Formats: sequence, C-alpha cells, structure tokens
Amino acid sequence: MRIRNAALAAGIAAALLAAAPASAKTFKYAFQGVLNTLEPYALNETFTLGTLGNVYEGLIWRDKDLKIHPALAESWEVLSPTKWRFHLRKGVKFHNGNDFNADDVVFSANRVRSKGSDLTNYLNADVKVTKVDDYTVDFELSGPNPILNYQWEFWYILDKEWTEEHDAVSVTSASDTSPNYAALHANGTGPYKVVSHEAGVKTVFEKNENYWGKVEGNADRVEFTPITQDATRVAALLSGEMDLVYPIPVQDIPRVDGNQGTRAMTGPELRTIFLGMDQRRDELLYSNVKGKNPFKDVRVRKAFYQAIDENAIVKKVMRGLATPSALMISPFLYDRAGEFKRYPYDPKASKALLAEAGYPDGFEVGMDCPTDRYVNDEAICQAVTAYLARVGIKVDLNAQPKAKYFAKILASGGYDTSFYLLGWTPSSFDAHNVLFSLMNCRDDSGAGSPFNNGGWCDEKVDDLTAKILVENDKTKRDEMIYEAFKKANDDVRYIPLHQQGLAWGVSDKVDVAQRADNVLSFRYVDVKE
Amino acid sequence: MTDTPSDTEAKAPGLMARVADSDILHSFLASKVTVVAALVALAFFIGAAFAPWIAPHNPFDLASVDLMDSLLPPAWQPDGDMRFLLGTDDQGRDIFSTILYGARISIGVGIVSVLFAAALGITLGLIAGYAGGRIDAFIMRLAEVQLTFPAILIALLVDGAARGIFGNLNRENSAFWILVFSIGLSFWVQYARTVRGSTMVERNKEYVQAARLIGIRPGLIMLRHVLPNVMSPVLVIATINLALAVITEATLSYLGVGVPPTQPSLGTLVRIGNDFLFSGEWWIAIFPGIALAVLVLAVNLIGDWLRDALNPRLR
Repeated sequence: MRIRNAALAAGIAAALLAAAPASAKTFKYAFQGVLNTLEPYALNETFTLGTLGNVYEGLIWRDKDLKIHPALAESWEVLSPTKWRFHLRKGVKFHNGNDFNADDVVFSANRVRSKGSDLTNYLNADVKVTKVDDYTVDFELSGPNPILNYQWEFWYILDKEWTEEHDAVSVTSASDTSPNYAALHANGTGPYKVVSHEAGVKTVFEKNENYWGKVEGNADRVEFTPITQDATRVAALLSGEMDLVYPIPVQDIPRVDGNQGTRAMTGPELRTIFLGMDQRRDELLYSNVKGKNPFKDVRVRKAFYQAIDENAIVKKVMRGLATPSALMISPFLYDRAGEFKRYPYDPKASKALLAEAGYPDGFEVGMDCPTDRYVNDEAICQAVTAYLARVGIKVDLNAQPKAKYFAKILASGGYDTSFYLLGWTPSSFDAHNVLFSLMNCRDDSGAGSPFNNGGWCDEKVDDLTAKILVENDKTKRDEMIYEAFKKANDDVRYIPLHQQGLAWGVSDKVDVAQRADNVLSFRYVDVKE
Repeated sequence: MTDTPSDTEAKAPGLMARVADSDILHSFLASKVTVVAALVALAFFIGAAFAPWIAPHNPFDLASVDLMDSLLPPAWQPDGDMRFLLGTDDQGRDIFSTILYGARISIGVGIVSVLFAAALGITLGLIAGYAGGRIDAFIMRLAEVQLTFPAILIALLVDGAARGIFGNLNRENSAFWILVFSIGLSFWVQYARTVRGSTMVERNKEYVQAARLIGIRPGLIMLRHVLPNVMSPVLVIATINLALAVITEATLSYLGVGVPPTQPSLGTLVRIGNDFLFSGEWWIAIFPGIALAVLVLAVNLIGDWLRDALNPRLR
C-alpha cells in the first residue's frame, strides 16, 4: 500500500514536472500608462497602437529596424501616380477563424475615416478604395502620394463580419465613456491574441498558433500591467516581478544597470517633445486676457520660447538623456535638421517681447500636461511653469493622467486647451507626416490637420506640404521641407523642446528588440530558461 | 490648550490666576513627555505661521526657483550648498523652506477642517440629543451610514466631485477649501455621537429642567446650558482629530488629489521624493516624512494627555 502510494506520488510529480516546461514561457512587462482601449482607431498614440500591433496587422509591417515588409498585403504595384493596387495575402485567418479578404480592407478603410476615429490622417477622406476581387484592392487618390503605404503599419485591418456581428462598426473615441465591443475585445490576424483585457488593470496575450508568418521570439504568454508610479515600476523590475518595465525614470538608469540581473537599454527616440499654443480662437479658453488671444501675436509666442531654458531641462530634468531640439522632427529623420538653431534662452529679451506685445506684467494662462505619457512629463511642465513665472507669465498647471489628458486636448475633446505639452513621432518616419498632421490648417472638427491642436493656419505651409508629398527628387524635396519648417520656426508656431531618450529596464532573463519609436514588439521577445 | 472653556460665563477673578492654580496645569507640568510634545508642536505652529519670515526661500514663488539648483543634497553632504540646509527637490526648491510652507498648508487645513467638523458635529449632536425621537434617529442613522465609509474615501469623493464641478481653474485658491470641506465632512460623526450621548445625560438633569421651566427657548438651553457641560470630550476628540486631519491631508496630497504641485504640502513632498528614493536622493522624501511624523506624534501625545487629564475617573 505504502509503495503503491509512493509510486503514485512519484507519477504525479513526474507529470507535474513534465507539464511545467510545456506550461509556457511567460513574459511580463509594465508601462507607465494604461492600455485603455483595444479599439485600434480610438487613439493615435504610439503606445496604444504599438501594443495593438501584436494583435492586429496592417497591410504592411515594420521590423525592429523600422524597415517595411509586406504583411496582409503580399505585394503592391503603382498602376499610375494616383492609383495603387494591393495584392492581399491568401489563407490568413482572424483569431476567431474568419477568413481575411478584400471586404475587410474596404470596410477598415471606411471605418478608419469615420466619425470618432483618431486616425483620420492615415487615409485621406477623398481616397477611393475599391475591391477588384477577393484578394485585390485598388486605392484611387486625388493626387499622387509616393509614400502612401509608409504609415500604414498602424492602420490595422479589422474583420468586417466580426465587427458587424458585434455591433461595433462605429468607433469608440477617446473621450467616449461607453466602450463598444471592439474597444473591449480584439480580433486581429497578428502573432498574438488577447486572452483577457481589464482596462487599466491587466491585459493578457497568448501566442496565435495559426499565425501565417514566422515569429523570432519564443514567448507563449505575455502579461501587461500598467504601473504609473515611477519608483514602483522600477521596484517591480528589481524584485523580478516584471521582465521589462518602460520607461524607467532617468535618475534610476545607473541603479537598474548596476543591479545584478537587470540592465538598462537606452537610445535616442524619434520623438520630439514640444509645447503648443491655441492660435485659432479669438479668446483663449483658459486665460485672464479677455477679448483677444495673446498667442496670435508672434512676439508672445517667441517670448514664451525664449523664457524657457531648455538646456537646463535636458541637464536637470532629463539628466542628459535627451537632446535639445530646434525642429519638430528628429534629426535622424531629416538630413538638413542641423541647419536649424534654437532661439537662445534669454529672459530679458522675452520680457521685452512681452512688453512690446502689450503685456509688460505678463498674463495668466492654463496649461495641460500629461503625467504618465512621456519621460518626466510632469516635471518638464513644472520647470516650464517656473521659467515662465520669471517673465511674469502665471501658468495654471493642469497635470492629468494621459487618458483624461488626451480626451481633453485632442479633436474628440474639441481641442479644449490653450497651452499644452505633447510629443510626436511621425508614424511614416518622414517629415511629410509632421507637416501634414501638426502644421496644416484644420477646421473646428479637426478635418485637415487633426493634431494641429493650436489650430494655426498658414496656406504657404499647406501648399508646400502638398508639393512635398508628390516630389520624388530628394534634394528638391528636402529644400521644400526646409522652407516649410523654416516658416513654422520663424513664426514660432510651436516650441520644440527636446528629442527624448528611450530608457527600458530589462531583466537578464529576456532578450528584446528596442524599436526607435519606443514600440515593444512581442515577436522579438526571447525568454531564456 | 491649558484653559478649559467651561464656565466661560462666570466672572473670573483673573483668568491667569485661575489657570495657574488649576489641576490641568499641574497635570501638564507633571508630564514631561507632554511638555516636550507641546514645545515641538508649538515650534511647528510658529514655524508654519511665520514661514514667510523664517524660511530662507519662498518655494511657492516660482520666479525665485532655479532649476539649476535642483537635487542638491543637504548642506553637510560633499555636494551640498550652504544656501540649502536640507537640500533641494527636483525643481530646485529648498527642502527646509518647503517643509515650513508645506506645514503651513498641512496645519492650516488641519485646524480649519477640525473646526468645521466640530461645528457641524456639535450642532447635529446637540439637536439629536436634546430633541430625541425621530430627529435623533434620522441624524444618528445618517452618522452610521457615514461611518461605514472610510474618511479617505469620503475625502476622495468630495475632492473628485468638487473638481468635476469647479474644474481646474483657480485650483491654487480653491484647493485649500476643497480639502477643508472634504476632510471636515468625513470627521463630524465622532463629535455628533459624543455630544449626543452627553446631551442625553445632561438633558434630564435638574438645571436643564429648571431652565426649561422658566421658559427659556430650547436653542438657548442647548447653547448656554448643555453645551458647556459636554465640551471636555469634544476638546479631546478635536486634538486627536487634528493629527488625523493632517495625516489625511498628507495622504490626499500624496495621492495627487490635494494641493497643486506648484504649492507642495508635506504629503506632496513625500510623493515627489518617493520617485527619487532608488536613485539615492533620499532627502526629498525623508525630511518631510520625518517632519510629518514628528508633528503628528506631538499632537497625538497632547491629545492623549488631555484625555487623561479631563477624565475625572483617572485623576
């Protein structure tokens, strides 16, 4: 009897041991902000879209070096400068088993441009999308666009049948408080599928065994948890609870690097952090100046620019893990970026400009700032507030978590801001995206340049943007980009602050690939024994 | 703190002489711990009240804060700067000055919210105890419902609602009153229950019945006759609640829903410092934390002693 029991116990133990390796390689990671929605068109934000890129796919995808590869489109040809034909991949299935075909692409093209979508700049409203056959789709443009597919990595294709079946055709926007089915569930074609999603708490992904492509990494299960507090996030990594946390606060990089079993991965990010100002309304929403909008005066904008000591911010707040920026695009993405110089920090000149503009004693203005989106975002805003106080500008700082922040300042919130801090990475990795998304005219609903929150309008920049899109000669193109950026810089339409650095804390138990746009792709996650 | 407000009516033959001769003062001087606690608390109160004159810098004046001075260690450390005795925070604010100014907010919120809670609680308690019946039942059930919510939760609710209604503009001025209101609202129950109990006892005593017999209005009886006789437990609660209110304010600020970041209170400072503990800049969180702990301990010790001193059974 006793022997029998022992044998049984040994058998159970053996079975358990055998089950353990098969019980999957789990990768746990934390980010500073929440994954609020699974709706791929709700928020044009790199973290949300980058994370969903493990579940959904676009017609193209980019690898760890940001090189373009065919994804749901197997190949494409440019029939004429205004007509593109995409040949779709056959045999691809959505996670629910439905087939992927041309109907899904046409459906997604309409949906991404519908009301509530934050990704309207990914596909112009006047582009005609037609199904040729089940696996061929034509895109007819109103004007040539040689980089049409460059920023489509983040335009994901949804399953038409699934979306209609669950009554989720309309997009739940970032400021909408009642999410529909597509905001709470995901059904993509990507290498990972969502097993469970509790918004703001935890999201669990599992490998899609039926994925059509090859995946380099070996993670079977991925768990995402948002940890807002910087110190808590670092502690979670150091204690081994998390395999990767990002971003790690700049002050903790030496600690993470020095700790046994963890390392810090740093590098320049393609993101520009900048300040924007409402230059559209005749009276600011949040200011004590009534009857006029001080930001319409270029002298006021320049005074703000020169009041801020960006070098001190980079040195003290960012601890050197950032480079001051004179331009709204990373120098890695535009060859002639070096020709631009920042306006020097000069509080005296700033005060003189304010006095000249009729505000010798300054004025009050409300500022919107996220607390969990960019590296040290709140500290940057506080430093800006202090610098502006020295030239007499009193800033009412409204620092909020990104979910509330984005719902307030973006198109879906009616651009409810006077002065804000934002970061931008062009999703096409090209200057045209910056001009088109941040610097062209828009109307009150955001048609035009949807992320030009300040709403300024310069027809010359619009003209140049349109020409840049169709110009194929690089020298000529760069010259026009130079002209457009120079126009915006001369008029101080934005106050670029710095290019922020990437800082990930990674456990030695895993290998990951760090993309320069700060996207974590599960397909490169390698969990070691 | 040393005089009892009972008998405020009586024509005192020199208030100071009466205080000097009272049991309370003797008991106070006999307790060394209490004397030390009172001195510490007094130092905090003076430091907070006269912060603009004592503090070497004004951390709330953003124009005087220099980012290049940020994260300096305390003056006695190798990299320290004599201008900043306890070092600076991530924005270049002097920690010592910020503690003084922060204590000003913390103590100010504490005192005003305790006064608010006491006024509300005493009024409701007197009415409930004196009137009895349905009014009593109603007020006490209300109090019981309130008791099931933790104070911090109520404070969070009020703060959230207030921010939803008033928005964020002018937060620097409104934050103080929102904090006072939310903390005060969560503390009134204790006063109400205590006062109600004592009032029910006093109500049937002969002096109250006599007052009623000669036709004095109920309001006046409650105020003039009952209230002075139920005040001593209220004093004890108020002292201990002051410490609780300071802690609650610090907790709210720590959670980021209290005062705005440009006007740090002690809790805000601990929150900011929390992010720098790993990187070795310990002084941002530690000094305000110690200040908060010492202040609360001192006030609590005084409260403890006051409870013993005012309890005739322990004498």
